[in-house]
Amino acid sequence: MAEDTRAFNAASYYAYLKEGQLMGVRCRGCGKLSAEARPMCQSCHGRDVEWFAFSGRGQLSAFTCISVVPNAMGEKGFGRNNPYCSGIVTLDEGPRISALILGVDAANPQNIGTGIALTLQVEDQDRDRPTLAFVPA
Amino acid sequence: MAATISSAKRRHLGRPVSIVGAGLSRFGAFRDMTTRDLFVEAFQDLIDHMDQGIDVEDIECGYIGNYSSDLFEGQGHTAPILADWLGMTPTPITRIENACASSGSALREGVMAIASGMYDVVLVGGVEKMTDLPTEGVTDVLASAADGLYEVPAGLTFPGIYGALAKAHMDRYETSLAHLAKVGIKNHTNGALNPKAQFNTTLLDMMERRKARAEQQGQPVPDWRDEMDFLNDPRANPWIAWPLRLYDCAPITDGASCVLLVSSEIANNFTDKPVHVVGTGQASGRPLHDAEELTSLSAAREAAAQAYAMAGVTPHDIQVAEVHDCFTIAEIIATEDLGFFGPGEGPRAVDEGRTALTGDRPINTSGGLKAKGHPVGASGVAQVIETFHQLRGEAGPRQVPNTNLELGLTHNVGGTGGTCVVNILRRG
Repeated sequence: MAEDTRAFNAASYYAYLKEGQLMGVRCRGCGKLSAEARPMCQSCHGRDVEWFAFSGRGQLSAFTCISVVPNAMGEKGFGRNNPYCSGIVTLDEGPRISALILGVDAANPQNIGTGIALTLQVEDQDRDRPTLAFVPA
Repeated sequence: MAATISSAKRRHLGRPVSIVGAGLSRFGAFRDMTTRDLFVEAFQDLIDHMDQGIDVEDIECGYIGNYSSDLFEGQGHTAPILADWLGMTPTPITRIENACASSGSALREGVMAIASGMYDVVLVGGVEKMTDLPTEGVTDVLASAADGLYEVPAGLTFPGIYGALAKAHMDRYETSLAHLAKVGIKNHTNGALNPKAQFNTTLLDMMERRKARAEQQGQPVPDWRDEMDFLNDPRANPWIAWPLRLYDCAPITDGASCVLLVSSEIANNFTDKPVHVVGTGQASGRPLHDAEELTSLSAAREAAAQAYAMAGVTPHDIQVAEVHDCFTIAEIIATEDLGFFGPGEGPRAVDEGRTALTGDRPINTSGGLKAKGHPVGASGVAQVIETFHQLRGEAGPRQVPNTNLELGLTHNVGGTGGTCVVNILRRG
């Protein structure tokens, strides 16, 4: 694969997501991984960073099921009688990221277990800014 | 290397700073009042309660916390408008924005302005007018205090992120829904003793009113046995962001707060009972998904370490505290982050009544954000005002029984830990 020269910013992050790929950055100086597209390493301030392809596998570390929804989720049909799940996913490669959790019973959160294995499933892939989402593996 | 939590470097103020007066607007939903009206009300309250009066002309500078008059009411550049409506032009006033920690930060700016030697008399405060928007709109505005690229697109709301924190705390420790409910019951009990509180009523009184209303409307009258029974009724206390329910959340509030800071050298020109700002700390944190831990706010631990170091005191020395209970879980985590209780020990302290008004560590005697109300930009200074009144022994029916109060603390969080400001106050 040729050297990836996309700028390290959210536009590139979402362009990758649109291609079905969760890409973050790795610092070539200290090795720090981030699941966010940063132009500068948050750990050593190094500027020599490279794109890093995450496997898209991880586990659910914390979550919530939201019934009072923001306008954007309301437009998708979520609301008081149809909550959705959002959570913190620890990726197999180490970093954590916030994501929408699909394929779980958000109306019965007591049945959702932290620690469950998840796999990437990009939502709204046809939109300019798709949503980072995971489903149980 | 990235900054890590440490026993903070001991910093010093260039010269001592004191609080010599406090003013608070009513807290609630006031349809016809705007940001400027709310702040004028708080300012008038300050003027009316200065022990030895104040000439407004003597105020040299101001810092006002405000999260988002832009999004809440379409008004930006709020500070000069406040200066005008207070009759204070051309005095410089600067708006400080750090989400819900805006006025905690504003107070710090005022402290540093005096400590630098540049000014002797500074007004600091905060204001938020939130109720013009419907709940969905307020939810969107508050969510914009989270990371708009990497948190909000995941559907996370402000209650949602605290819901995830609550779930993580429950997974790691023995925290339960009942512990969260007990924090709410305690804070409503305190709020009932605070005439400025949005909920100046106990949960029991609210339950009685709802029963009476149901009876009046010919509807089935709920038979709640006690507060816990009421809070476990999903019709009365619906889910907002599981595991958080309606009564775990601070309300949407209009309100304003202000205090007058002066150089301690001249404090006695204004009052015989000044309260000194002896420690102040502030720190930044990362989004929850990038935090070291999912059960604690690193910015709170760091800000507290800074404030304790400056004041030369330990958590054990703090006798009364106002902490940022935007959600019930946030109060439990705050009491752990501040070192009042060990990690995971906050829930047991609630069970044992240690944080009640009559406990050994009274927390949120004002009713907290939960019952007093949470006009986000005004809350940090409102916490300082409650602590000022407690230390001066003038908190009325909610005065803590300890007759030898000397040290109080305030803990003000912006967003979900992006900012935390901790201030330590000592009775003069």
